[in-house]
Amino acid sequence: MERSLTLIALFAALIAALGLIPKFDLAGGVPITAQSLGVMLAGTLLGARRGALAVLLFLFLVALGLPLLAGGRGGLGVFAGPTVGFLVGFPVAAFVTGWATRAWARAGGARVLTTTLAALLGGVVVLYAFGIVGFAMVTDRSFAASAAIMGVFVPGDVIKAVLAGFITQAVLRARPDLVRG
Amino acid sequence: MLSLTSERRTIWHGVPAGPKLLALLAATVVFFWIEAVLPMLACAAGVAALYLAGGFAFARQGARMLAPILPFVAVILAWHWWTGALAQGVVIVARMAALVALANLVTMTTRLQDMLDRVDGALALLRLPARGRRRLAVAVALVIRFTPVLMEKGRALALAWRARSARRPGWRLVLPFALTALDDADRVADALRARSGGL
Repeated sequence: MERSLTLIALFAALIAALGLIPKFDLAGGVPITAQSLGVMLAGTLLGARRGALAVLLFLFLVALGLPLLAGGRGGLGVFAGPTVGFLVGFPVAAFVTGWATRAWARAGGARVLTTTLAALLGGVVVLYAFGIVGFAMVTDRSFAASAAIMGVFVPGDVIKAVLAGFITQAVLRARPDLVRG
Repeated sequence: MLSLTSERRTIWHGVPAGPKLLALLAATVVFFWIEAVLPMLACAAGVAALYLAGGFAFARQGARMLAPILPFVAVILAWHWWTGALAQGVVIVARMAALVALANLVTMTTRLQDMLDRVDGALALLRLPARGRRRLAVAVALVIRFTPVLMEKGRALALAWRARSARRPGWRLVLPFALTALDDADRVADALRARSGGL
């Protein structure tokens, strides 16, 4: 019990720290926040339930007024803004990523590949579905137009899904007892 | 301190958290119900007046917190001007800005502890067992305590990288960073088990 609780809490803190440390340059020197990478890793490393709980705990503290979102944003205001769909989608993305990671790992195949695909499904497909619906609702425009605007950020998140695959493999090699939970 | 609560005392700091949150909820419903330009602009002006009641410096602080939505405001207005429905665009932008600003106002004038007390009260009303509420409280405390700790460790990792490489630290740091968090979780779990008598 204690271990699950501290894993969830420390991972929530990790997601926050990944968003607040600015200097993570991804491919081509484009500075992208690593926060959504943290959401994917919560799913791939902690599993569906604990991963989603870690993200929910993180969002709970954001709502309470801690400036933990990338760029030091936070408070109730972010839940009324145009990117609210992504926030709502974060825990679902972590859950789907965690579920797919475990399911596809059992089915066999190279772990890097299955984990990357799981992160793509949860952290890109599911997350953008929520993000686009949220943007369309707040800004009152069509889904197609919203998708076109949000599509700009997809390549960065695809890169993060691939990184999530490699990082997960490396973490599990270093701490093999993590899966046993 | 890791918080968005404003140091400048305003009359809104004195209002209890519960009524402020309920008022925010009510305003959200009303704002989405309004479809006409003038009433919506009046609402936005009303929110601005709430900020000004806290003083000019406080209002400026609040305006700075709206900066992240400015790019979206520009895109929406340009889009609606282009499609010839500028009035509709103004309503959408005014509603979004007013809601974000109002929610920020609650955050800026309510201490974290008061928010937590409200949440705990609400969970008690929902008849969530005391054990579950205590676990939530411990988890919240851990995140607040460990976010700065992890950030400090992240900075140390980045420095160690710079000392050894001419290239900038990149995604490779995420691996040791994640391991740090996982190992800290193990140690804290042991400490909690030893001292708390079980959560």
